[in-house]
Amino acid sequence: MAKNAEDIVLFEERIPIYPRSVKGRFRTMKWLILLFAYSVYFTLPWLRWQRESGVEQAVMFDIQDRIFYLFGMIVNPQDIFWLAAILMIAAFLLFFVTGIAGRAFCGYFCFQTLWTDVYILIEHLVQGERPARIRLDKSGWSGERILKKTVTHVLWLAVAFITGLTFTLYWGDAYALFGQFFEGTAPFPAYATTLFLTLTTYVMAGLAREQVCTYMCPYARFQSIMFDNDTLIVAYDEERGEGAAGRAKLGKGRKTVEERHAANIGDCIDCGFCVQVCPTGIDIRNGLQMSCISCALCVDACDAIMDKLGWSRGLIRYASENELEGGKHRLFKIKNIGYGLVLLAAIAGLVWSIASQTQLSMAVTQVRNPLYVILSDGQLQNSYDIKLNNKSEKTVTLQVRIDGLANASLDLGRIRKIELEPLSSMNLFVRVKAPPVKGQSGQIPFRFVVDTVIDGKPVTEMKKALFTMRGDFAP
Amino acid sequence: MSEVKKDTAQTGSVQTTGHAWDGDIQEFNNPLPRWWLWAFYATVVFAVVYWFFYPAWPVGDSYTKGGMNSITYKVGDKDVTTHWNTRARLMKDLQEGEEAVKQRQYMQKVVDTSYEQILSDSSMMQFSRSVGKILFTDNCAACHGMGGAGVIGLFPNLVDDDWLWGGKVEQIQTTLTQGRNGFMPAFRKTFTEQQMDDVVEYVLGLSGHEVNKEMAGRGGVLFNGEGGGCYYCHTKEATGMHSVGAANLTDGIWTLADVPGQKTIDAKREAVGKIISNGVNRQMPAWKDRLSPAEIKVLTVYVHELGGGQ
Repeated sequence: MAKNAEDIVLFEERIPIYPRSVKGRFRTMKWLILLFAYSVYFTLPWLRWQRESGVEQAVMFDIQDRIFYLFGMIVNPQDIFWLAAILMIAAFLLFFVTGIAGRAFCGYFCFQTLWTDVYILIEHLVQGERPARIRLDKSGWSGERILKKTVTHVLWLAVAFITGLTFTLYWGDAYALFGQFFEGTAPFPAYATTLFLTLTTYVMAGLAREQVCTYMCPYARFQSIMFDNDTLIVAYDEERGEGAAGRAKLGKGRKTVEERHAANIGDCIDCGFCVQVCPTGIDIRNGLQMSCISCALCVDACDAIMDKLGWSRGLIRYASENELEGGKHRLFKIKNIGYGLVLLAAIAGLVWSIASQTQLSMAVTQVRNPLYVILSDGQLQNSYDIKLNNKSEKTVTLQVRIDGLANASLDLGRIRKIELEPLSSMNLFVRVKAPPVKGQSGQIPFRFVVDTVIDGKPVTEMKKALFTMRGDFAP
Repeated sequence: MSEVKKDTAQTGSVQTTGHAWDGDIQEFNNPLPRWWLWAFYATVVFAVVYWFFYPAWPVGDSYTKGGMNSITYKVGDKDVTTHWNTRARLMKDLQEGEEAVKQRQYMQKVVDTSYEQILSDSSMMQFSRSVGKILFTDNCAACHGMGGAGVIGLFPNLVDDDWLWGGKVEQIQTTLTQGRNGFMPAFRKTFTEQQMDDVVEYVLGLSGHEVNKEMAGRGGVLFNGEGGGCYYCHTKEATGMHSVGAANLTDGIWTLADVPGQKTIDAKREAVGKIISNGVNRQMPAWKDRLSPAEIKVLTVYVHELGGGQ
């Protein structure tokens, strides 16, 4: 129990982090990835695509009509399994990469990292480098501070708003929706989604930042179980850095590698640059930590210092624990191969499923109440509910027939013409009649066949069905 | 049970709740992350805002109504206005919602279209089947069963192609609108035991059963003569008569006597005999006061299609 009221701490105060900017190969790579990701994300809704159905957006997720447009591909609700496959691929790709290269996703591709990078960049451009920002926060509420803080937050909100609005544009016709949005005539969900994403982007990338990775992200919590001694991590070479007598700043008699080695001092000059550039505010020299998102900025920082000193790079580098301990780095492990195989299987499954997608699909359900009925002429009759899907952008005329059931006939009632509009579906109730055959009882398999012509090419879709036969009713 | 142990509570750097179980199991009292705490406060604020907009607090035997817009919907012909609640919203949606309007338009289309056109149009048949299924389940399934297979001896099977009162759409519509009285007199007192056996033999012979020719011959005379007068309704060919609901006795379909369900010929004789002795008196109610003409039309199409109407 707390001794008195002052002792009660309701929350852990966030220690402010002022990441210093750094230049280097990993930073450059991260900027390029960010540039690519942003180019795709922000321009995709505006890209046009010619379609017969008149939907001109290259990528559009049309919830109302339950159709997703992805360039030349049209995804219908019954293709929901693709989503499952994509999620599986994403999960196993993550596991696979994590097993080999650690948190590469976190450091380079996660939108939390990307947007935080942009927010830190804005902060840097407006308020200056790390020392300037610290000074600014320590100063009272001067006019300069108010101005700079306001500009920063306004720019943050602007980025957040563009992010949210862009996301919204994926769910409707971008050009029309964009206009409607500012005229105030867009549907309510458009405003709600934009507002929600504006707020979450602003809060997550601007205010919460590394706390998202440390406290909220589930992946950050469970990724460690995929780690082993051969996983690449951003690591501080303790043996080289510390020597026997620990690290020490540059100073008299500790200026060259030779001098330091003679004094058993390691190569780390304790400049603190690696700590200053860290967006999660950790000291990588303490070893692998849960907060480390493997962004490798400390590698760039340390490399820059080593270059300046003319010492060899790699005091902080990508390495596995085995490697650091002088062992061999093994890539082909059962775990990695297993993840790889599952990943390949999932990708193959998805590719096969997409490649074998038909323009026409059919589902058949036998009416089970009753399974069969005897007609006045002694024939048996089974009924079926057939669902037909036209996934093409053409109006098609369909012919339904049955195949593989002796002496059977298909009864469509008085329906003569079955026509399906583009991207639409239809339920059809049909009856199948067949004379009972002595000695043949139970479920007899046969097929429903639908023939049509799409784009001048004949298309045939078949579906297995069962006919309930009762041989004991045969004369 | 827990007991407060002040001395152990302060050991270590982490604060504990001060409770200790089994002597040494203690609960850390770690501070919450700030974002969590703020999210918690946000939900508290949300709850307070919610009270003002939506029905929330019980007050006596009433409750606070909240400031959201009231909802007006129709009960019969009257407009009812109420405070915001999901039930009223559903009622309004069922009456004025996009789908409701679409359904009404489709229903109107059914009313305006002839049976012949409905039956040959695949999209109208789709609508009739889905709406008809619901109407059938609500109104007809209690007797005829969910799938319309009926109960032999009680309620006719609607899935086969045998129609007591006719399988043309007009006839089905009449059956639904006006209801039907199925009646056959009891012949218990008309026939002697021998005559009864003869008529049963004749009736079974009509649908191709192996029967005693001599008895069936005598039965035929009773059937087609004034002795029994069966042909009044069942006709001389015994193919039945739709106008009075008399069954066709020459096919393999039995709606009252469970002939196909009996294994031996004696059991079949008994089943048929029972019907002739006791007669039939059953009723199908009229639906004209319970269903709208449009609903009856949809149901007619639905029933017509079940087994393949004429």
